[in-house]
Amino acid sequence: MTQADRFTGHDLSCIRAERLVFTGVAFDLAAGGALRLSGPNGSGKSSLLRLMAGLLRPASGTLSWQGQDPAEEPAEFRAALRYLGHQDAVKPALTVAENLAFWAGLAGAPGDAAAALDVFGLKPLAPVPARFLSAGQRRRLALARLVASPGRLWLLDEPTVGLDRPSVAALEAALARHRDAGGLVVVATHTDIALPGAAELALERFAPARPAAA
Amino acid sequence: MLAGLAAILKRDLRLALRQSADNGMAVGFFVLTVILFPLGVGPEPSVLARIAPGILWVTALLASMLSLERLFAADYEDGSLDLMALAPLPLPLLVLTKCLAPLPLPLLVLTKCLAHWLLTGLPMVVLAPLLGVLLNLDPAGYGVLVLAMALGTPALALVGAIGAALTLGARRGGVLLSLLVLPLYIPVLIFGVAAVDAAIYGTGARPHLLLLGGALLAALALCPLASAAALRQALE
Amino acid sequence: MTASRLGHLTMSQRRSGSSLHRFANPSRFLRLSRRLTPWFAVLAAAFIGAGLYIGLFVAPPDYQQGESVRIMYVHVPAAWMALFVYTCVAASSVVSLVWRHPLADLIAKASAPVGAGFTAVALVSGSLWGQPMWGTWWVWDARLTSVLILFFLYLGHIALMNAFDDPTRGARAAAILAVVGFINIPIIKFSVDWWHTLHQPASVFRLGGPTIDVSMLVPLFLMALGFTFYYLLLLMLRVRSEIVARKIRTAQLLQAAP
Repeated sequence: MTQADRFTGHDLSCIRAERLVFTGVAFDLAAGGALRLSGPNGSGKSSLLRLMAGLLRPASGTLSWQGQDPAEEPAEFRAALRYLGHQDAVKPALTVAENLAFWAGLAGAPGDAAAALDVFGLKPLAPVPARFLSAGQRRRLALARLVASPGRLWLLDEPTVGLDRPSVAALEAALARHRDAGGLVVVATHTDIALPGAAELALERFAPARPAAA
Repeated sequence: MLAGLAAILKRDLRLALRQSADNGMAVGFFVLTVILFPLGVGPEPSVLARIAPGILWVTALLASMLSLERLFAADYEDGSLDLMALAPLPLPLLVLTKCLAPLPLPLLVLTKCLAHWLLTGLPMVVLAPLLGVLLNLDPAGYGVLVLAMALGTPALALVGAIGAALTLGARRGGVLLSLLVLPLYIPVLIFGVAAVDAAIYGTGARPHLLLLGGALLAALALCPLASAAALRQALE
Repeated sequence: MTASRLGHLTMSQRRSGSSLHRFANPSRFLRLSRRLTPWFAVLAAAFIGAGLYIGLFVAPPDYQQGESVRIMYVHVPAAWMALFVYTCVAASSVVSLVWRHPLADLIAKASAPVGAGFTAVALVSGSLWGQPMWGTWWVWDARLTSVLILFFLYLGHIALMNAFDDPTRGARAAAILAVVGFINIPIIKFSVDWWHTLHQPASVFRLGGPTIDVSMLVPLFLMALGFTFYYLLLLMLRVRSEIVARKIRTAQLLQAAP
């Protein structure tokens, strides 16, 4: 890192299916920081994460990564970004190891795929075709992607869905290690994940005050 | 970047080989439909010879469309498309290739079209002359048939990719895809059949082949951009 | 209007979407349309009436085709309109994709069925034209074939627009399709002409006639103008009803919200 990472958003609003989901959202995340997104279903947590990742264009507002708009310098931003959505992006016909190797290779910095499997207890399952995995095991495979190739900004959408207690602990440990190394984390979650010192963003506070036609 | 695209190509081919149903069906449809024609119009050799180029091209078009629906759908449904759209360029290349930064999606489309063509179009190019024998195709037409199909089927894959990207997540996606894509296929059909006919009647297939080549080049340049725009819409 | 708005935006704002104002009530458009609609109705009726009168009663019959040439006064302007309306759809699609202006989406959505209607009129009148002359109900003439393909481009656009639960997604996808289709139109026209010259039958069908006399041009242009105002009239009415439909959807969404 040549300069301290900083990820900020200002006055963000989002329109989905002709409905104004949230407006005026702002955040400021520095190296080692964490942001927890909370809110009821439909408040826009997933939309905000996709907006941060650059998959969704905001109806208004700006984002800034290292002081620059990610839309103008997408390559740098994407190299630092690791996104985990609702789905696991696991191909049933490939083995666990093949799935992970593919994503690690695509991210450009292969890192250590075997060690990543170990972090989430998937090492014994490496040669197994992914169609035989349970939902929780698939989620762990998706999480292993995060540590398989280093990325400074983690955007996680409901990472603990289907995970048992030990796996959640493994995730919390991985998050702590990531933040200690200067990484940034944004997590949308309903459940309890230990994130010491995390800023809170309750999206229901940013819903439109009056019924607004979009 | 190239290593990443090669990885995507390898993965798509590996997945297709392990789940061979889809692409095999398109080629099977090609063969079966061609066989239906003599049953429909009668086995008289001169009639079949007259309409053979048209039959081969029309059924190639239709077969080409069959597996298009799954081109992006599988990756879209399991979240892989999100991640591929976020794939980065390696930083050392950044200085040289600043303008390539928004390119992951068009290059991704090209890679997936290549995988699709290797699995569907290429077998059709190989099978076409064999089916031509069944239809009593004039001997003068075989060489040009293979060449024209080799130029035309990739163009069909590229144009079809636009339709596949536009109909991601749509109701009745498969039928809608056909409606969208068939009008865009018509130029390739016309030039392709004209080339084979010209070779058979000795009027020179070169201008038609040049037109097909031009269509392929234009498709290579423009279709990935349109498909990428459609994919970005689908991901929002 | 859009250009001056853009001037106030910074580069990054322009990329990330402009202010929310444009998503508010399109009241300016509604006021404008209420004023213009009666004028469009009157002008459409006037020009079509004049065109039909001159075309059917005043203009001379063709030396080759006799009285049946008069169907040209419906067929040719309808074919022109089919292409003109597609151009409008493509233009508003470009505006929709680049500036994300919701009115552009509505104009494209409202215009496509009107264009499809003109195309159908062109096809039916073209088919009727062939019957008395050559005894067939359909002729694979280069222009009729191109118009038929254009008809399917329209149908595809309408189908795609309505194929998604989210209307915005449908509008965006249809916009891309419209631009792709528009770029393809000259290619398709060229290939159909090419195809026609290759398969040219002994007698040359030319539904346009080799040359058109000035006395025939006047009613053609009158009809074209009349059809244009008719299109604008329908456009105003359909966009208004689209806006109302959207308000209803929003109200329903808010009722369903927790």
